[in-house]
Amino acid sequence: MREKLFEKILLLCALSAVTALFLIALFIFYEGLPLIFRIGPANFLFSSNWAPTRGHFGILPMIVGSLQVTVLALILGGTLGLACAMFLAEFAPRWSVRILKPLIELLAGIPSVVYGFIGVLVLVPLIRRTLGGPGFSVLAAGIILGIMILPTVIAISLDALNAVPLSYKEGSLAVGATRWQTLYRLTLPAAKSGIIASLILAMGRAIGETMAVIMVAGNALIIPKSPLEPVRTLTSNIALEMGYASGTHQEALFATGVVLFIIVALLNTFALLALRKKV
Amino acid sequence: MKRRPLTIQRLVWFLLALLTLFTLTILFFIIGYITAKGVPTLTPEFLFGMPERMGKEGGILPTIVATIYLALLAIVIATPLGVGTAVYLTEYTRESALTRIIRFGADALAGVPSIIFGLFGFILFVIYLKMGWSILAGSLTLAVMILPTIIRTSEEAIRTVPYAYREVSYSLGGTKSQTILNVVLPNALPGILTGIILGLGRSVAETAAVIFTAGSSLRMPRSIFDPARTMAVHFYILAREGISMPRAYGTALLLIISILVINAFAYILLFRLTRRFR
Amino acid sequence: MRNFITILFALFPVIFISFAGCRRSAETSLTIAGSTSVQPFAELLAELYMQQHPGVEINVQGGGSSAGIRAVQNCICDIGMSSRPLTPEEQNLQQWTIALDGIVLIVHKHNPVRNITLEQLQDVFSGKIRNWRALGGPDQKITVITREEGSGTRGCFEEIVMHGAHFAADALVQDSNGAVREIVASDPSAIGYISFGLVDERVSALAVNGITPSESTIVAHTYPLARRFLFLTNGEPDALARSFLDFVLSPEGQKTLADEGLIKAVP
Repeated sequence: MREKLFEKILLLCALSAVTALFLIALFIFYEGLPLIFRIGPANFLFSSNWAPTRGHFGILPMIVGSLQVTVLALILGGTLGLACAMFLAEFAPRWSVRILKPLIELLAGIPSVVYGFIGVLVLVPLIRRTLGGPGFSVLAAGIILGIMILPTVIAISLDALNAVPLSYKEGSLAVGATRWQTLYRLTLPAAKSGIIASLILAMGRAIGETMAVIMVAGNALIIPKSPLEPVRTLTSNIALEMGYASGTHQEALFATGVVLFIIVALLNTFALLALRKKV
Repeated sequence: MKRRPLTIQRLVWFLLALLTLFTLTILFFIIGYITAKGVPTLTPEFLFGMPERMGKEGGILPTIVATIYLALLAIVIATPLGVGTAVYLTEYTRESALTRIIRFGADALAGVPSIIFGLFGFILFVIYLKMGWSILAGSLTLAVMILPTIIRTSEEAIRTVPYAYREVSYSLGGTKSQTILNVVLPNALPGILTGIILGLGRSVAETAAVIFTAGSSLRMPRSIFDPARTMAVHFYILAREGISMPRAYGTALLLIISILVINAFAYILLFRLTRRFR
Repeated sequence: MRNFITILFALFPVIFISFAGCRRSAETSLTIAGSTSVQPFAELLAELYMQQHPGVEINVQGGGSSAGIRAVQNCICDIGMSSRPLTPEEQNLQQWTIALDGIVLIVHKHNPVRNITLEQLQDVFSGKIRNWRALGGPDQKITVITREEGSGTRGCFEEIVMHGAHFAADALVQDSNGAVREIVASDPSAIGYISFGLVDERVSALAVNGITPSESTIVAHTYPLARRFLFLTNGEPDALARSFLDFVLSPEGQKTLADEGLIKAVP
């Protein structure tokens, strides 16, 4: 009897996430979809003309912008983070890991606005002086986001690598493999689901980041043709213009939210499919 | 033939060490910069004083209180839900349509941008449910935001508890709920706590969602129905508007120290708890 | 272990209850929302007012002029703040001018350009003029910075300068006066516009059509980019709002604003 109750309570908990998601999705789609269908999905998605006050709602520059910035962030932050996790899991002395792991988790707590602020103060002028352009750029946003997702990638990947049973590793070493070979051929594949989980979470964070990106990306309404050009992401678009919420314009922002939502859902699905195939 | 793997390993070691060093340098540079600029401001008057002249002078006590309220309440709401979800997914079901839906829900939630949470929280909690700009609205929004993190890390943690442990418990006559509460969860605690710490960190640091739900009023909040400005929001406003750079850095430094303290506390807790079950 | 979880679950309602305070009654609380340009000043005035009237709570929110106008139209807040004039659709709100302000064009301290005409301004911000050379400056691409769509400052600028022309697509967009100022202070090729009250020694202000922005030129309206900071209410303000408005327009309130760099509405 009590077992049943316990199970039911847990089911309720489990449904909380879905309920919340459902509410959010409902709310965004309800507000945003009408506009998309009114002006036509093709117009909305593939037009570069974003001038809401004049009735133009093309968000292509923002879609491209979000993708560029996120991909760059994942490349920079993902590889660096994974490298750190591997180092900390296999090659670093135990005492150092005990200090470093908490420190890195500490960095997950630094507000995005602090990263953004330092980005504006240090990174943007640096890019402007050494590489040209206004400094506010895809590169700046990608770097800052890459740094921001590092703690997530490292922490969760490290947990995943450490969770591989010691007996596996010992067995590998016993047959003469080096630590690196063990890591490369055994531990990494075994920890794959955890590592990919960390990358998915990191990607979610990168795509969804608003404050830091607003500060360093420049928010210009162009499709960047080089990493040195300013860019506007979907999230920045929503945040910048939310105050101007009125009628059609507000619907357009929710519509942007719809697109963002769908892109994230698609990316997550791909990631999970890739995961399932290899396992 | 025997030398090559070792050489490769040494190269790899070197490369990884370099990359790790690089990463740490970046991260420490950020902390160092803030610390250097912020330390002069961290006086008792700053920490326990009230803000004056829109934050240009005075202290930041209300923001400290606000941050604590908001983060703790968010964790209290999200942890039971998140761990419960993780337990349900791993212990009670096999892969089915239901679990796929739940999992999809959690994953999709993880990708929702903070600004959308802000929008959502604003319309649902602040306006529709009439909570107004309040700590309650902010905490509920934050709880929904950190839910996926807690679910995912808890699930990973629970999964790594060897089945053997559970078998032992069942063989001794334990019921499923007893097994979960007394065997599985304690062993999964390190991973769960990682998720909680990450979630706590996220709550303290979140700005976009908080501005639109908890507001940006500098008053000292006296109940969960009051609006409040967290330290992160305060830093954002101070820094962007150029109101007071020294205080901005001071606030940022305090934020970082707070996270440090939270993490330290969590680790002590973790150490004490897992020691019992080793 | 079970105890730990039980405790956690039990804490839930306890914390809830202990945190519950009473909501303030409407007579003793005021919500003000709107322009980010006006916000810091409104906060300051609120602070002073609350010192003199203990028990009263005034909460100030940002969000932008347009958001503030909508909020007060929908009765979500008591007073709305705006840094741009009301459109014809918004004229049903009561408005009070609490201060005068100007929109100042700022450039980097080392930028030799000192003066610009309104026509040149429109060309620069719409992307027709792209190099400082055309304005008598060095051979450098102009980095244009503008505010976000909902900004009252931008709205005002659009009305007085742009006359329907679009901003350049590659103009950088920032969401606060302070942010624009910070960028201009560090980028030698940047130009932006901010509130007169926020200009400081880190940036250089341009004269427009030969007129330097200053208190006298703004009050006299000879400076072309003068504007008002408005407080708005939906219909007649209630007692508390009325009292606060009186305070803002009183000599003490006005002096406070003037000390912060604004210009008195009531001389």
